[in-house]
Amino acid sequence: MTLSHALFAILASVTAISALGVVLSGSIVRAAVWLLFTLLGVSMLYFLLGAEFLGAAQLIVYVGGTLVLVIFGIMLTAQGPFSSLKTRPMEWVVGGALGAVLFALLVNAVRPIPDLQPGGAGTLPGTGPLGMGFLGIANNGAVAYLLPFEIVSVHLLVVLIGAAYLARAKRHQRTEGEA
Amino acid sequence: MTDLGLTPFLVLASFLFVCGVVCIATKRNAIGILMGVELVLNAANLNFVAFARFGPPSFRLEGQVFALMVIVLAAAEAAVALAIILNFYNNHSTVDVDRADELRG
Repeated sequence: MTLSHALFAILASVTAISALGVVLSGSIVRAAVWLLFTLLGVSMLYFLLGAEFLGAAQLIVYVGGTLVLVIFGIMLTAQGPFSSLKTRPMEWVVGGALGAVLFALLVNAVRPIPDLQPGGAGTLPGTGPLGMGFLGIANNGAVAYLLPFEIVSVHLLVVLIGAAYLARAKRHQRTEGEA
Repeated sequence: MTDLGLTPFLVLASFLFVCGVVCIATKRNAIGILMGVELVLNAANLNFVAFARFGPPSFRLEGQVFALMVIVLAAAEAAVALAIILNFYNNHSTVDVDRADELRG
């Protein structure tokens, strides 16, 4: 058993157990904490795969940004100190059966894919080639990613303006309209 | 003993995906459903990076680029989803999706 096998076993079990915790925990706050460990585990798996920049981006954007946003959402919509909306037992049965069937299907689909080994080309390209690719300059003259980068930038701007517009406080306006 | 290959990553990503789908299907809290979506996106991202590592050399850069885009778009999606959920909460004083049959209060 090599070192990468042992590391993968540890990280995969942490990730899988916390993903199960997200599904099974009744309290939404606990689910958020389980989600934190899942995201951390996935970022460590990126580091294990050699994609250091992606692992760091996952830590900064997901763990530092999205998860904090989710926790703010939980706090702003909490109906009690331990707010929980219970899932009905029948829904657990149907959801669990659906999940088991889907997992069997996916594992069956994964099986024919050959167990590829890391190629001779070695590690993944780091931050430098990635950034040049986003700027439209690929080192071998092949495809580059300037257009997707621009689209994502504009999309992010539009989405954040839209989110600020949607989430604005409306009570003040309504009282003005009624007055 | 061979080195760590592609298949374990694909199986783990399938497991994360299934967890996300079950989370979306069973949670009644709208924010719980958002967490399920995050799990699904992370599973897809793990597949992208695993294929970038183990696939043919032309995937080396592309897998990472796609994964970065997914991370950024997931952040945007979470912002919009939370804005909608907060708006819904302002109108209905609940985040129970079973009672979300109309967005306008």
